[in-house]
Amino acid sequence: MKAYETVIGLEVHVELATKSKIFCGCTTQFGGEVNTHCCPVCMGMPGTLPVLNKKVVEFAIAAGLALNCEITRNCKFDRKNYFYPDLPKAYQVSQLYLPICRNGSIDIEVDGVKKSIGIHEIHMEEDAGKLVHDPWEDCTLVDYNRCGVPLIEIVSEPDMRSAEEVIAYLEKLKLILQYLGVSDCKMQEGSLRADINLSIREVGATEFGTRTEMKNMNSFKAIARAIEGERKRQIEVLEYGKKVIQETRRWDDNKDTSFAMRSKEDAQDYRYFPEPDLVPIEISEEWLTEIKRREPELRDAKMLRYVKEYEIPEYDAGIITGSKNLADIFEATVALCNKPKEVSNWIMVETMRLLKESEQEVEELKLSPAKFASLIELIDAGKINRTIAKEVFEQIFKSDVDPKTYIEEHGLGMVSDDGLLRSTIENILKENEQSVSDYKNGKEKAFGFLVGQTMKVMKGKANPSVINEILRELLSKV
Amino acid sequence: MEITDQTIEYVSALAKLSLQPEEKEKAKKDLGNILTYIDMMKELDTDGIEPMSHAFSMKNVFRDDVVTNEDNREELLKNAPKQKDGCFMVPKTVD
Repeated sequence: MKAYETVIGLEVHVELATKSKIFCGCTTQFGGEVNTHCCPVCMGMPGTLPVLNKKVVEFAIAAGLALNCEITRNCKFDRKNYFYPDLPKAYQVSQLYLPICRNGSIDIEVDGVKKSIGIHEIHMEEDAGKLVHDPWEDCTLVDYNRCGVPLIEIVSEPDMRSAEEVIAYLEKLKLILQYLGVSDCKMQEGSLRADINLSIREVGATEFGTRTEMKNMNSFKAIARAIEGERKRQIEVLEYGKKVIQETRRWDDNKDTSFAMRSKEDAQDYRYFPEPDLVPIEISEEWLTEIKRREPELRDAKMLRYVKEYEIPEYDAGIITGSKNLADIFEATVALCNKPKEVSNWIMVETMRLLKESEQEVEELKLSPAKFASLIELIDAGKINRTIAKEVFEQIFKSDVDPKTYIEEHGLGMVSDDGLLRSTIENILKENEQSVSDYKNGKEKAFGFLVGQTMKVMKGKANPSVINEILRELLSKV
Repeated sequence: MEITDQTIEYVSALAKLSLQPEEKEKAKKDLGNILTYIDMMKELDTDGIEPMSHAFSMKNVFRDDVVTNEDNREELLKNAPKQKDGCFMVPKTVD
């Protein structure tokens, strides 16, 4: 078999986090009863006119600037014509001739190797409705709630060569867009959707092979599997002396293979023309500067700052900033208790463990910074010991309890009372004469045992450093 | 300007129209006339003139990102020839 190289370019559709749709005042909220987020404008009723949501333009520009693009200062919309019931107007308002952003790039890293992935363009457009097949009537049911939700389509250059590079690109893109607040990028809700253009060629060839486009992948794992599956399929086709056909294929993750969606005879002719219902957009220098000024701190900068300012390990900073939600919780908690290393440790160990146990995604994590910070202050003030703190943290994680109230109600406050601990330890020494003599004979292990026994009697609530102190003192007198 | 049978068939297929032979002839003639008329533009010297992107000299017409509409499903579905469970019902589409 010859050696082949995989060439991949991505078209990523991102639903913008605006409150209202791109051309009308309907809500963009996900879910909701079918066809309750619609009006005559997004339903394409005759005589209605679209009016552009300013926030859509600002989000598209913000994304373009963060992805190092040139911004098209004079841009406009075009009409893409096609008959399909997911679009009630029989056309989609999109941008063909003057997309709002062009010629950008982002840097990715795979196995320590850095690489720049080109961004060909970003354009604004409206999302389509949702079609559901009704098996009883053997017809299609249409819900237009999503129709008119603003999208940006980010088109990469064919710069990726493996599934790992594609995932790294998508992860990076997702974080940038989430930090910008441009989109929540929830793949399971369809607010980030990737189409994969893939072709293969012999290693060393300069011309691209014929590509296919794959749709319908709703997780990074499915994307990786789809790339692997399609790469193998194309190699097989070529090895059998046949040709790859340029077509759109639908990935079926259950069957682990892709299927052709449209035949080539049904070639599309979208007859784009300038959208007459919308006037052009002119982006002034002032507007651009204002949007750039409002750009929040992005992931890479945040990570560096955590290492420098908070002195937390780079690995930990990477994990925390790897999720905007986690970084938000971290920063809000640090702002309240001013103990970044402590907060970071609780996130890295206990939070990660509890997330894994409860099979929760880190983006779904809800952890109150106020309660988190209050717990850390209680530890710091010596009110509870670490063992108890773990238990309380778990309760905050699971049931959002207030740590102070919880500790009081369950009598978990740490006992540092010298008299009480002293009499307890005296009893323990009497009951464990063997351990005492072991200790006297140089067995340090016996000391740990005695601490453990004391803690057991105190139901875990004793202050370990006070136990240590008293125990050493009493043992020296034996 | 001459319009071929092939063009008429292609354009009508895109528009999902099935035309009778006499309708095709008429469309050929009408479209030919329209294009001939528009071709007159070529007689003008447009060197150095920036193309218009819109017939109005307006730009930057925006609305603020505010939700103003409420559920209006009942009213909207009155326009549906067929409906089921709050959805528009259309012939089966292959996806």
